[in-house]
Amino acid sequence: MGKRITIDPITRIEGHLRVDCEVNNGKVSKAWASGQMWRGVEQILLGHDARDAWAITQRICGVCTTVHAITSVRAVENALQMEVPLNAQYIRNLIITAHAIHDHVVHFYHLSALDWVDVVSALKADPGKTAALAASLSNWSGNSKQEFTKVKERLTGFVGTGQLGIFTNGYWGHPAMKLPPEVNLLAVTHYLQALEIQRYASKIVSILGSKSPHIQNMAVGGVSNPIATDSQSVLTVERLMAVKEWIDKLNDFIKNVYLVDVAAIGAFYADWTKIGAGVTDYLCVPDLPLDTKGTKFALPGGFIKAGDLASIKPIASFNDKYFRDGVQESVKHSWYKGGKGALHPFKGETIPNYTDFQDDGKYSWVKSPTFYGNPAQVGPLSRVLAMAAQNHAPTLKYLTGVLDTAGAIAKTKIPLAAVHSTIGRHAARAVSCAVQVDELANQWNLLVENIAKGDTATFNKPVFPKGEASGVGFHEAPRGVLSHWVVLKDGKITNYQCVVPTTWNAAPRNEGDVPGPYEASLLNTPVADAERPLEVLRTVHSFDPCLACAVHVLDAEGNPVVQVKAL
Amino acid sequence: MRIVVLGVGNTLLSDEGIGVRAIEKLQQDYDLPPEVVIIDGGTTGMEMLDDLSNADHIIILDAVRGGRAPASIIVLIGEQVPVFFKTKLSPHQIGLSDVLATLAFIGEQPGGVTVIGVEPVSLETGMELTPQVKARLPELMELVVTELHELGVAIKRKVPVAA
Repeated sequence: MGKRITIDPITRIEGHLRVDCEVNNGKVSKAWASGQMWRGVEQILLGHDARDAWAITQRICGVCTTVHAITSVRAVENALQMEVPLNAQYIRNLIITAHAIHDHVVHFYHLSALDWVDVVSALKADPGKTAALAASLSNWSGNSKQEFTKVKERLTGFVGTGQLGIFTNGYWGHPAMKLPPEVNLLAVTHYLQALEIQRYASKIVSILGSKSPHIQNMAVGGVSNPIATDSQSVLTVERLMAVKEWIDKLNDFIKNVYLVDVAAIGAFYADWTKIGAGVTDYLCVPDLPLDTKGTKFALPGGFIKAGDLASIKPIASFNDKYFRDGVQESVKHSWYKGGKGALHPFKGETIPNYTDFQDDGKYSWVKSPTFYGNPAQVGPLSRVLAMAAQNHAPTLKYLTGVLDTAGAIAKTKIPLAAVHSTIGRHAARAVSCAVQVDELANQWNLLVENIAKGDTATFNKPVFPKGEASGVGFHEAPRGVLSHWVVLKDGKITNYQCVVPTTWNAAPRNEGDVPGPYEASLLNTPVADAERPLEVLRTVHSFDPCLACAVHVLDAEGNPVVQVKAL
Repeated sequence: MRIVVLGVGNTLLSDEGIGVRAIEKLQQDYDLPPEVVIIDGGTTGMEMLDDLSNADHIIILDAVRGGRAPASIIVLIGEQVPVFFKTKLSPHQIGLSDVLATLAFIGEQPGGVTVIGVEPVSLETGMELTPQVKARLPELMELVVTELHELGVAIKRKVPVAA
């Protein structure tokens, strides 16, 4: 038997994710992904008024507040078969896309780029050469020699004090770090510029959602933003113009920096196009509804079998039967009472049954969802592939662009198949982000045009029937397919199940003992140094992990919050 | 002057939500001048960067696990705020402490930080505080008022409206 590595937690942003790997001959031979905290939010919702569910569910998660709010109102609207006014759809679509852009930019630059970028190596860079390299890739205004010199000086000062602050405990100097100093300096500079840029995406969510970080404007039946062109207190022309200005700034950064960086960094890590594919059944739902009923969407969704784009089965409406009937969750390897086999979410049960960490038994608080019996990968890669398979022109344009740029730098042709990989998930996230920033501008135009027609409706009052009703709301969230499943009786919640993106990806083994996407993707990942398992983190982080149960009690005792055990 | 009173925590995990519950009560019971900005941070991270940048002072209300008796109140100032010295596995873990570290790196750090915390009794799933922690809310309000006063801002209780 080989070495066993335990990483716990993988990320602190959302509760606790623990990953265990068995390493043989320098490669992962077996992996377990385990959610270390019970997500009991479903129990809290029982008995509540269905109109309040969104405000409660947006507290599930510290990163994805808006997405749970949106999905929750969609679920209740679906149960009531309600229509939603066009303005409300557009405003929600703007919030959705601004949030997604925020999430993708922050994920790439601030949560995962430092898996690939060596901050300390950037100190050796020549700012002049960095500027020359940058100029060959893009005409971004922040790429001057002066700017790179400034960042290098600031970094030198920071490292000189011995306090790396935000860069503490990175894997600096790790043998798997491959970028030349100039590329590292370029990336660190963009890391800092991205801190500025992400603020614009936050501001859009904040203005349209009436408050940030928790939006206040959602309602079953629409949104609570009154629209008036002549009042200061509501959504005014002035505010809409400010939003447009921020959209333009985001667009500039994403097209001229993010897309380019992903291609450039990817070109130096070509070996990572062969690592981390894992589950290649891809699930994506359509989003950005363009009508009141949710039958037309700006971004298509569907299911792809075994990575074959020709196999695409579209998911076409909020009432899509193929999606609704396909989802089940197993608790055979999760810390819940089971014995009934995999259950559809309407019948789902969440009764805790903690054992210990049992390699072949129960080992996670995460349930194991399946689509027609098999695990499915969700997230930007699924999204981009589902859109590409349906010939979504902007997706094809940006996807080809990234592959061509990376190929030009690496001086080799990079095929589409390269995206089924760890680095491919990062490329897909950037492509998705470019598509979304185009949609942000498009949805803004649609909203402004619709208001100009004299339509100011934003809300339809929900009417709750006596007796039982059930519905599913889905949303293509930044991390992938999010669905809320609600059963109502007389307007009160009697069952509520959230099947979140990280549940799909971090799923433990299922009813048939088949590993979930994280677990499958880690197989054969090389590990150079078991004490510093950077490669494992690279693959897990490429999914943008987020376990829906944030706890962050401040630890005044200074206890270590992380352990890496290599046994 | 801009003083941010930031409530953080997860309101679905009973006492973990004390920070958010505290700022709700503060807004309910006190008249706040424009230089005092109240933020319900929940469990978010980077989304708060803009609101927290260049603040003259930040008062953080949170659950703090300090090994003290359950429901006891803890005030941490300056060096006691363990912002930069957390043990971390990787740079991918953005929480409040990282947002503060980021602000320091880009030169937009607050003039000062005070943490007023309560040792949780329970972190079980639930939207209510435990009675023990809830009972400390008035004292918590007093501490915030005193802290604001020391920073040069006087706030007053709202006069109850006569029935």
